[in-house]
Amino acid sequence: MLIKTTTHSSCKEHQVTDEKVYFERRDMLKKMGFFGAGALLSGTASASVFDIFSDDQPVATFKQNNLTYSPAGDYNGTLTPEEKVISHNNFYEFGAQKHQPAEMSQGFNVNPWQLKISGEVENPLTLDYDDLYSSFDLEERIYRLRCVEAWSMVIPWIGFSLADLVKKAKPTSKAKYLAFETLHDPVQMPGQRNRRLGGGIDYPYIEGLRIDEAMNPLALMSVGLYGKTLPPQNGAPIRLVVPWKYGFKSIKSVVGIKFVEKKPPTTWNILAANEYGFYANVNPAVDHPRWSQASERRITTGGIFDQNRIATRPFNGYGEEVASLYTGMNLRKYY
Amino acid sequence: MALTVSAQRIPYLKALVHLVALYPLINLYYAAINDQLGGDPVEAVIHFTGIGALNCLLISLLISPLAKTFKLGFLIHFRRMIGLYAFVYALCHILNFLFFEVQFDLVLFIEEIFKRPYITVGMTAFLFLIALAVTSTAKMRRKMRKNWQKLHNASYLIALLVAIHFYWSVKSDVTEPLIYFALYAGLMAFRHKTLRRWGNQLLRR
Repeated sequence: MLIKTTTHSSCKEHQVTDEKVYFERRDMLKKMGFFGAGALLSGTASASVFDIFSDDQPVATFKQNNLTYSPAGDYNGTLTPEEKVISHNNFYEFGAQKHQPAEMSQGFNVNPWQLKISGEVENPLTLDYDDLYSSFDLEERIYRLRCVEAWSMVIPWIGFSLADLVKKAKPTSKAKYLAFETLHDPVQMPGQRNRRLGGGIDYPYIEGLRIDEAMNPLALMSVGLYGKTLPPQNGAPIRLVVPWKYGFKSIKSVVGIKFVEKKPPTTWNILAANEYGFYANVNPAVDHPRWSQASERRITTGGIFDQNRIATRPFNGYGEEVASLYTGMNLRKYY
Repeated sequence: MALTVSAQRIPYLKALVHLVALYPLINLYYAAINDQLGGDPVEAVIHFTGIGALNCLLISLLISPLAKTFKLGFLIHFRRMIGLYAFVYALCHILNFLFFEVQFDLVLFIEEIFKRPYITVGMTAFLFLIALAVTSTAKMRRKMRKNWQKLHNASYLIALLVAIHFYWSVKSDVTEPLIYFALYAGLMAFRHKTLRRWGNQLLRR
């Protein structure tokens, strides 16, 4: 199913990236090598009393493959540069600091992989590594990503509609929610071995959606970004992307989707229920207890003087598509 | 271990301390302006200067125990400047927040100070730091006499508030803030006699 994003929520032309910049960037990346000065400097700058104990270990670069997909079409907006999308990540399984996942995940082995669809379905199924790329038509979608920490990016994902997967699994009438689970593999994921590195959260990481949310055409199972398969730090080989919710809902490196009757527990909600709700819809009117959600910093090219603060929109600007899911709900209570 | 350093050497050592304190700051802003601070340079500069301020505070509190225990009297010459660098880093920390995080949205800036307990605590610490910085000159010290020491004992409180501010600001893993609390407790342990005396005075009132 191909979604033509012609609604007014789609990214606008006023944020045009110079074409020259776009192409130079790829060239630059090649020249610098994946982990250039930027990655190293970011390590020293994020001050930590532990930094003096850590070594800069040589890293093998994870191999990303090219994907075949239907492109998003004419798009003139400003994307967050690829090197920022793949170097600024919250993926505590590979370290709780933003620069760590890119550094610590390069040896991550994603093939073989199994994504198990189970629970209240007539057609339980398992997708192996190759199935992730061949079972559904892949398409590119450019989505805004709004982190609960009040920064945001614009990312060209590649993937398929979660709805297509749901339809294939044929949920029973008892299926009210989907419970997602990230790989639990402490050997490969240092954050799962070491509580400090892993940010003190319990693993495996779990997330959930209501089934009607999962059926919304915007909900995407992503297998790639910027034309290639996902790098580990962004959730290889397959992750969820729900653009109208805060980023932590978009669970990475998924191995299980279970259809269930009752609302499933979710990782950040377990850790701090007053700060992170089950719904976690982007909502400028409901602040995080420790910071305002009314605006956000859009991460683009450039240094500190280029980080623009912009107003946050309800449902991250996707209200036209998703607001009807929550009709009659008190979004202050169900944050 | 008693070590004496001749008075002539002190200015050179001070210059060295200036370099050590300023170099990371210059390096930081150079990298931040040139987009070499990773995905989110704003977060990076805020965290770096915040931790830097706390480090300076703890070092300034380490000086008198070191000087007393190891008879390194000359170290006292450096206490004021390290305290002032705590102020400089804290000032940068707050200006980073104002310039780059809320981007001169003064209403949001003030709202955040009052609405977010961890920022309220941090800002309280900064107000005390301003008071200490302003009264740090020899002239002020003479003018204030006994009150000067009373005011500057606030450095114990400031370090505690900053450690709380850090602990409260962390999203999940609190190991690092807890280490800072432990360091703080260690520094206060050196001063247990003074602290006990103050406690007794308070109780008697």
